[in-house]
Amino acid sequence: MSDDAASGAADQATQPLADDETGWTASVRRRVEKTLPISELLPTKQPAYVGSFWVVLSGVVLAFFGSAWWHVSSIGHFFNSIHFWSVQMFFIFMVLHLWGQFWGAGWRDGRAKTWMVGVVIFTVSIGTAFTGYVIQQNFDSQWIAINAKDAINSTGVGGLFNALNFGQMYGLHVMLFPIGVTLLVVLHVIQVRAKGVVRPIDDPMQATP
Amino acid sequence: MKTSKVDKKTYYRGVAMVPYDLLKEVAFAMIGVLAFVLILSAVLSSPDVPSVTLQSWSKADPVDFLTTASGELSGSTVVASYGPPYNSGSGSVQSWGPLNLQQWAGVHIPINAPYDFVLEPLTQTTAGDATLASALTAYEGASGSQQQKWLANYTTGLSTATLAADGTVTVPSGDYGPVSVLMDRMLTLARSGGLDALLLTSDHFFQTDFSRPLLFLDDGGYIADLATQQKLDGDDWGVMNETGRYPGQAWLWLYTMWYQIPPFNSDTGFLGISAANTDLAVVGVMLLLTALLLLVPFIPGLRDIPRWIPIHKLIWRGHYAEMRRQAAAGDPKAP
Repeated sequence: MSDDAASGAADQATQPLADDETGWTASVRRRVEKTLPISELLPTKQPAYVGSFWVVLSGVVLAFFGSAWWHVSSIGHFFNSIHFWSVQMFFIFMVLHLWGQFWGAGWRDGRAKTWMVGVVIFTVSIGTAFTGYVIQQNFDSQWIAINAKDAINSTGVGGLFNALNFGQMYGLHVMLFPIGVTLLVVLHVIQVRAKGVVRPIDDPMQATP
Repeated sequence: MKTSKVDKKTYYRGVAMVPYDLLKEVAFAMIGVLAFVLILSAVLSSPDVPSVTLQSWSKADPVDFLTTASGELSGSTVVASYGPPYNSGSGSVQSWGPLNLQQWAGVHIPINAPYDFVLEPLTQTTAGDATLASALTAYEGASGSQQQKWLANYTTGLSTATLAADGTVTVPSGDYGPVSVLMDRMLTLARSGGLDALLLTSDHFFQTDFSRPLLFLDDGGYIADLATQQKLDGDDWGVMNETGRYPGQAWLWLYTMWYQIPPFNSDTGFLGISAANTDLAVVGVMLLLTALLLLVPFIPGLRDIPRWIPIHKLIWRGHYAEMRRQAAAGDPKAP
């Protein structure tokens, strides 16, 4: 294949769909191409101005070997330590990001939904961490659970969300909450990439209305 | 495209663009974080203070265990009169004015303290123990007032009980009826580890719900004393602390802070908020604050704070320096 033919095929593959293409797939592809073309998802240029992976990976190892493994195995305890410190890093980075976005007013110029999804990620992450603390199967998890139950019960949801129920907390921690955080983070990144980062506040060269 | 939207070329007009390798930055950040986490894990490890069991409690502090067990039997413990979601009591029900979510939600995890914590476990262990069986029959056949009289006498006797080196608790003789046998068997059962298992028992083979043993533990003073030693009490900001010298849920600092200040920790209270309904009030305040954080982009004043306190001048210092340089060069609109 000649260089011209190869580039022609590549151009065709990356061209937007024709307007007369119909169907669900074409509709979704058209919307994705419009919202977030690959050039925006993975940019090579940015204006001149990003730890949760290890939490998930160490958590997968802990989940695989069972909830009691880390109490009886030195390797298990080490993986628990990785999980423990990864969570601390996760929250440190998230809070730094939150403050950075607040003081930069990152919600400007049509980015309010991005900010709101970020706040939801923060709250779901706190729920994820809480359920993790009450399933440690040690003194701390006992104490946190019996104290937290009063606050949860006072809101009327204690029968639905029972911190003393290890099985419920375990399922929420290793499955539902992480999936929720992951999906929301993917949405958040897509939002950021689709809009681009916000311009500086009171930019004297502000070009937009 | 809506007219209110602008393309990125227009949006970033006048902003200096630099090469940026997103994947390289992500890879470097992940490797850096992993190295840091591995060092922290290897050097500092992680906390794992063993859990308390009914067995360890009954061995370490048998008098406290017996006080709690007799309290459960008499229905005088916190959980016995807690209220929803455990039972129809009202001792721990929190409300604010007409707002009584806890009561409205109703009972969903039924706990009958005398039966679930004492009588049922003992009934399950009567095989081969005729003394226990007849004591249970005598207790359950007695009137409520007689039961309470025995229990009151026993509680008084416990206050002057002696504890031998081998852990034997000797209660001065008195009119305890069958209660002394019941409590003696409770202590024996707990020390054997059998009570830990019996409180988990339900209609199913597999057990994952620790509500009953944890609520029983919560009614005693032993676990609270251990928590005090670990500085995990509520007035020590315990909700966010971890055992030992490890960081806990530090992100709960704002939630925990409210418990340390009036009216949330006050007996007299303000606007219907006091120590009596502190949990409900704190959760309510935090929900309100979270809603405000969520809606910052739409709240005049709140959304203007970053403009008034110019920390952004630090965040984008390079950009503003470039603007000043271009302005000084007489070219403020230079691309």
